[in-house]
Amino acid sequence: MKALVSVKRVIDYNVKVRVKSDGTGVETANVKMSMNPFDEIAVEEALRLKEAGVVTEVVVVSCGVAACQETLRTALAIGADRAILVETDVELQPLAVAKLLKAVCQKEGPQIVILGKQAIDDDSNQTGQMLAALLGWPQATFASKVVIADGKAQVTREVDGGLETVSIKLPAIVTTDLRLNEPRYVTLPNIMKAKKKPLENLKPDALGVDVAPRLATLKVLEPPKRKAGVKVPDAKALVEKLRNEAKVI
Amino acid sequence: MALLVIAEHDHGTLKGATLNTVTAAQKIGGEIHVLVAGHNADGAAKAAAQIAGVAKVLNAEAPHLGEFLAENISALVVSIAKNYSHILAPATSNGKDVTPRIAALLDVQQISEIIAVESADTFVRPIYAGNALATVRSRDSIKVITVRTTGFDAAAASGGSAAVEALAAPADSGLSAFVSREVSRSERPELTAAKIVVSGGRGMGSGENFKILEPLADKLNAAMGASRAAVDAGFVPNDWQVGQTGKIVAPNLYVAVGISGAIQHLAGMKDSRVIVAINKDEEAPIFSVADYGIVGDLFQVVPQLVEELKK
Repeated sequence: MKALVSVKRVIDYNVKVRVKSDGTGVETANVKMSMNPFDEIAVEEALRLKEAGVVTEVVVVSCGVAACQETLRTALAIGADRAILVETDVELQPLAVAKLLKAVCQKEGPQIVILGKQAIDDDSNQTGQMLAALLGWPQATFASKVVIADGKAQVTREVDGGLETVSIKLPAIVTTDLRLNEPRYVTLPNIMKAKKKPLENLKPDALGVDVAPRLATLKVLEPPKRKAGVKVPDAKALVEKLRNEAKVI
Repeated sequence: MALLVIAEHDHGTLKGATLNTVTAAQKIGGEIHVLVAGHNADGAAKAAAQIAGVAKVLNAEAPHLGEFLAENISALVVSIAKNYSHILAPATSNGKDVTPRIAALLDVQQISEIIAVESADTFVRPIYAGNALATVRSRDSIKVITVRTTGFDAAAASGGSAAVEALAAPADSGLSAFVSREVSRSERPELTAAKIVVSGGRGMGSGENFKILEPLADKLNAAMGASRAAVDAGFVPNDWQVGQTGKIVAPNLYVAVGISGAIQHLAGMKDSRVIVAINKDEEAPIFSVADYGIVGDLFQVVPQLVEELKK
């Protein structure tokens, strides 16, 4: 069976994000971009399912600007078989991405779609669930373990206060949490190989999807800065401050 | 138009996150209805009826609602969505699981994890793990929202006397089934809900050394957390991780022990009310966000702190 994985190009998680002084967004010019870390885990999981003989082909999809090709090439270097870029310069919000992915799913017919639980730029945590809704498929979000057998996926989920296991019928959507796996490193020979793997380019219009944003961003500001506090000499002074000044204990 | 708040509960009792979500609904304004969907959840429904400011409680009762599966809960909410201008859920793991499914079924772009209400269609939400705050306006006819509970005070749990109405649930989707649950056996409060959090970083040196934080956490009735560095080093499990790719916490008191204060970590805890840092490196970035700092050897300072707390 085929696995589809969506990947997003985001500001690298090690970069200190700077808000633009005009309040229109964050600075993305000359900033290192990488694959969303949760999506890397999704690619890795699909590959492990392939290595286990459960999945036969891993297709990666990215929606966004032309530069998302780099992110797709990274996914191909990790080991995905082929890639699809749904190219647009429009700012894509999760509902639009879910609609694009639905169209790709209808074209490709995967039995499982694996997505990161959220992107570390807009922190929406929506796309996987929305895709499941639009396809009428079941979902298992925040996965820390995925076992596929007998037309079902048994997925252990990270929930508040513990773990929960659900069984979902395939085809299905899985979104990844941090504990699912540890993504492998990309090797140079695989980067070279990835350059020869197929990368298809689609447009939202061709997929019949209206991607116009529904949310207008009015402004983006820096959060109020914390002021550095005081150094206290010892534990005794600290407890005194916490009890009498901060009144938190 | 009325607003619908999806209650977080464990059937018998209502979870506190519901109260913060009711407050967010009050800030938007309008008649507030609370949906308690579950199996044998009378206790939670009765508690919801007592929340100050709630006009009506809808109690949907069915065996297949008992495990809060997103497929079934979303179908239920969609069946009554046209009565509401806003649908709100707390940004708990349940809320985050089900709400986008509701939004997509309604063809609505959800607004995730709001921390402030500017008007009925305009909200503030953190992006980039809280390193920026975006003010967004929704053009959708129904606003579907998750609420970051640390952004809103809890509504009063008593003082209300709403009517409880039964609500019929659509049939089981048959797409998904609950298998099992493994609740963390910790006696400590849950990391994201704790009033006090004690976290350790790479400076702890080993997983074994995390034991010295336990008496401190016990004394403070605190949850225990860790930096990504400590998790990556294998000292503690991943679900302890506080930070951009881990859990976002905002307790009353956050005690960072042996944590240098990498950007990813600060993103997960900088909204805490009071931050304490204990680190031997005077230049550690954690001190730039800490209200109180002790420069010193954590292996000496932490036991001293426990002793002082006993006094």
